[in-house]
Amino acid sequence: MKSIVWSVRRELWENRSIYVAPLIAAAVIVLGMFVVMLSGRHARPDQIAVNFEIAAGALMGTTLIVAIFYCLDALYGERRDRSVLFWKSMPVSDWTAVLSKMAVPLVVLPVVTFVISVVTQLIMLLMSSAILSAKGHSAAALWTLPWLRMTSGLLYHLVTVHSLYSAPIFGWLLLVSAWAKRLPFLWAFLPLAAIGLIEKIALNTTHFAAMLGSRISGMEGDPAKGSVMMMLWPAHPLEFFTRPGLWIGLVIAATCVAAAVRLRRYRDPI
Amino acid sequence: MAVIEARGIRKAFGTTVALDGVDLRVEEGRIVGLIGPNGAGKTTALNTILGLSQYEGQLTVLGCDPWTARAQLMRDVAYIADVAVLPRWIRVSQLLDYAGGVHPRFDRAKAEGFLARTAIKGTAKVRELSKGMVTQLHLALVMAVDARLLVLDEPTLGLDILYRKQFYDSLLNDYFDRSRTILVTTHQVEEIQDVLTDVVFINRGRIVFGSSMEQFESRYLEVVVRPDHLAAARALRPIHERQMLGKSILLVDLQLGGADHQQLAALGEVRTPSLADLFVAVMEGQGATP
Repeated sequence: MKSIVWSVRRELWENRSIYVAPLIAAAVIVLGMFVVMLSGRHARPDQIAVNFEIAAGALMGTTLIVAIFYCLDALYGERRDRSVLFWKSMPVSDWTAVLSKMAVPLVVLPVVTFVISVVTQLIMLLMSSAILSAKGHSAAALWTLPWLRMTSGLLYHLVTVHSLYSAPIFGWLLLVSAWAKRLPFLWAFLPLAAIGLIEKIALNTTHFAAMLGSRISGMEGDPAKGSVMMMLWPAHPLEFFTRPGLWIGLVIAATCVAAAVRLRRYRDPI
Repeated sequence: MAVIEARGIRKAFGTTVALDGVDLRVEEGRIVGLIGPNGAGKTTALNTILGLSQYEGQLTVLGCDPWTARAQLMRDVAYIADVAVLPRWIRVSQLLDYAGGVHPRFDRAKAEGFLARTAIKGTAKVRELSKGMVTQLHLALVMAVDARLLVLDEPTLGLDILYRKQFYDSLLNDYFDRSRTILVTTHQVEEIQDVLTDVVFINRGRIVFGSSMEQFESRYLEVVVRPDHLAAARALRPIHERQMLGKSILLVDLQLGGADHQQLAALGEVRTPSLADLFVAVMEGQGATP
């Protein structure tokens, strides 16, 4: 347990983009909103409320990109710079090493996204209230938004869609990262593109591409699909766990992680 | 109990046989040099001992099978694979934090003590250090681990002579005691001759020679023969002969029974050969060099 905590910590030392990238995105969002509000557009409270959704969505997009690049480099970079030989000289098993890397997209990034989103929304709330009252409007409508349901809904959305439902994607990327001798990015995406292309040519259907697209975008797994307040706490939160797609995905993720552990054990530095 | 016990270790990469039946026994408290030409299988042999590589045959290190119990074994084994494996992005202080966090036998105060004698600062990143300093850092790290076996693979490769000398000096003065065991591979045979207690030559994936240094010194003699004694000296069946400045230097194995010290002294100046000379003689006998 102690070694997994230190292993995750060392991932954060190496990959500062895990928290720097969403912080920069948050700063850009807040600054952008400040400029827009001062210019006078979107002054009505219900229009401002949409910005909170956009902010959370933009942060999720940022951390998804961070997660993809992180996973592709996690087991490839250490072989390329031969530092894997140093990590293996420590009494840390390959399981601990790979699981701590899988914990970054599954646990660390959702937590980072949640904390930064909430803080960003709070800053936006205070800032827009100040600007509204300075212009002589009332900001009361902003404060009566269902904040608790929105915040808990955001957390639910992150845990279900961005962690559990996306797990097979991260597992696949880690597996490619453990396997590839060069160009892990290409090896990760070419086979997927090939499957989609073969399906299109052979059957003239696009099920695979649609499945992949919805899983990456999170739409298929999102129980609150279609509602205006996408990140509200859903009416039936447990329904998510009855989806076969979730469990099939988790089995694929576990298989990929096990294969990545095996590869880390067998593969020599590049 | 033997620290390393290997019997008939084989390892092939495709059709290339890297280890072709290696038998090796290393006792506790020894400093063993594993010496061989490029491609002889030195690194492959170390990798199997460290659990980095699978093998056929029987191998126990400190009573464990290294391939199945690597993580557990690394509590008692420290190694420096080569000087360039420390992650370049990491800070010295982070490296100490991490080692202290995951390694139950790592003594942080000891590592800081070693580092205080160098110019390495805790806030520096590995990428900012010179090659010599990275080696000092890695050595400080492994010497602060209370390990029973230390494995060093070409630890001084590419370093200048000052760092190389200092490296072995600190290893002997600050680290080694009779309860520890060190296994080291190197090309620079000359500089470790005085450090070793045992020497093993490896060639083409096989152990071709093994001896303690005491045995080596009592078994082999080198005699510098003047041309008029050359025919008589050659009759004593030297295992190797080379020319230097117009004189012939013959290497004699006393165990072959062809000669004794007195006989040799009559033919010319007798001295203890260097390990490098014996290495060349053994390898040429194997047909390893042209």
